[in-house]
Amino acid sequence: MWISVASGKGGTGKTTVAVSLALSNKNTIYVDADVEEPNGFLFIKPVIKEEFSYTELIPLIHEDKCTFCGKCADACVYKAIAILKPVKKAIFFPELCHSCGLCSFVCPVENAIEEVPKEKGRIRKGEKNGQLFIEGILNVGEASGTPLIRGMKKYIPHDRDAIIDSSPGTSCPVVESVGDTDFVLLITEPTPFGLNDLKLAVEMVKEMKLPFGILVNKHEEGNSLIKDYAREEKITILGEIPFSREIAEAYSKGIPVVDVLPDGEKFFVNIMEKIRKGVNTSG
Amino acid sequence: MDRAKEIVILSGKGGTGKTTLATSLSKLIPNKVIVDADVDASDLFILLKPDPLRQDEFKGGSIASIDTKKCIQCGECEKKCRFNAISRNKEGNFIVDSYKCEGCEFCTYVCPVNAIKMNPQIVGNWYVSETSFGTMVHARLIPGAENSGNLVALVKREAQLIAKKKGLRSIIVDGPPGIGCPVISSLSSAALALIVTEPTLSGIHDLDRILATCKQFNVNAKIIINKADINQSNTEKIQQFADKNGLEIMGKIPFDRCVVKNLSKNLTPIDSDNCGAVKKEIKKISNDVLRYLSE
Ligand code: SF4
Ligand code: SF4
Repeated sequence: MWISVASGKGGTGKTTVAVSLALSNKNTIYVDADVEEPNGFLFIKPVIKEEFSYTELIPLIHEDKCTFCGKCADACVYKAIAILKPVKKAIFFPELCHSCGLCSFVCPVENAIEEVPKEKGRIRKGEKNGQLFIEGILNVGEASGTPLIRGMKKYIPHDRDAIIDSSPGTSCPVVESVGDTDFVLLITEPTPFGLNDLKLAVEMVKEMKLPFGILVNKHEEGNSLIKDYAREEKITILGEIPFSREIAEAYSKGIPVVDVLPDGEKFFVNIMEKIRKGVNTSG
Repeated sequence: MDRAKEIVILSGKGGTGKTTLATSLSKLIPNKVIVDADVDASDLFILLKPDPLRQDEFKGGSIASIDTKKCIQCGECEKKCRFNAISRNKEGNFIVDSYKCEGCEFCTYVCPVNAIKMNPQIVGNWYVSETSFGTMVHARLIPGAENSGNLVALVKREAQLIAKKKGLRSIIVDGPPGIGCPVISSLSSAALALIVTEPTLSGIHDLDRILATCKQFNVNAKIIINKADINQSNTEKIQQFADKNGLEIMGKIPFDRCVVKNLSKNLTPIDSDNCGAVKKEIKKISNDVLRYLSE
């Protein structure tokens, strides 16, 4: 089973929850798919066993062979290629390229466009007390984490449960990281911001037809903002983590919430059980 | 007149108090246009309560669809699609997964019977609104949509036009999280980036990456540490890091439950008297920003 942990927006405690969920449930793999800002390793402190670069193909236009017909530039919907016929120049904008391969396919001249690998980021695999760890790190200046996440998912072994820590928000990288997972755990906090972001995330997972449930972080007695919403929308709340300075301080030192919460391990094992039993509802 | 100066508030990761600070600054700094560039999950409207004056659609790329009646099931499209967006469904028909399709059109080139059509998508809306604190440009991208970088560029362009028309000299941009395309887009043409961070291990790690991004795009950055007192030694580390790299720490906002309490009543820390220390620090930051803007 693959469980993704998402949040609509960052800072809701997604990573510390995802890490805690992985640490309390034996034989799960922690996957940090928040490739723009991967932080899971700060909490898990794994021993890195393997590190390799993740590449995608981009075109290399050989100007000595190119006839400057402009077919590639016309075909590229992302406008990643500009051909300046009068001055015989081909300009490539790597940050716009989606590595689809269409340009080299349409190019009528043999070998005028070569596809060459370009590093998008790095993938690291590690281990800590039998706990497997995988993370993707997007290269600074790369526009989109989506290809790296897509690539990284290929390295998740299928014989164990995986906890996928997704990037914040509801945009393309998040869709990529929660896509193909069996359950989405949405982390939220009881503030108007939290509720707004939660609604967006719920809209996304419903649209994708994925089962999901909510975990409330920074819960304060008497604040029923999220509870009221969940009741109205018939969404299961799988658990609540109280608001406390102690947890915030522990987090600042890289200690996950499971180690601070009284009966923390039990709490997260319980959440996993609930997910497994499918108490969830997709509304 | 020149372009209005864009001040963009970023954090690398969300949840560091970026939007709370952006809202507070939007209230404290006069004569500006406000932009919410966090188009995936815009939150600024919650506290600023904008009144929409204008709404427009934002068109993203196209997505492929296969006409099963025409399709002869040769599988060429599936073979060529690098995004694995095309596969056979239970009935054995080739279908497009709209979440995976990147709109590159490769499949339409290889289909021998023209069974594939590209359908343009409307992926969001953008708005020009009035708030009690000035005009605001914001947007809403439908969840899962692409092209947020283009949408950020669009709302910023609109804000510049409004600033020019009204003779305003500054634009406050509440930026998106991360370091990817929408962030790059909000950094382009910015005069100053205010990076909000927290004295946590992850905060320091994110700070490093967002500063590298600012540097790569040649934008002057200053740091604000939120919840500065939850971990003195990490705050110290950020201070040393800043000193070493010649970066200014513009403010250190203390941790106080009053911030969350106020937020749950739709108030920022500067709107009430129960948030004394936080309020004082934010006012100091806004004065510094004002001074920067008048330079
Ligand atoms: S690979 Fe695709 S996106 Fe990249 S330049 Fe060629 S046609 Fe454009
Ligand atoms: S290329 Fe055209 S005919 Fe062949 S499987 Fe795809 S849609 Fe069908």
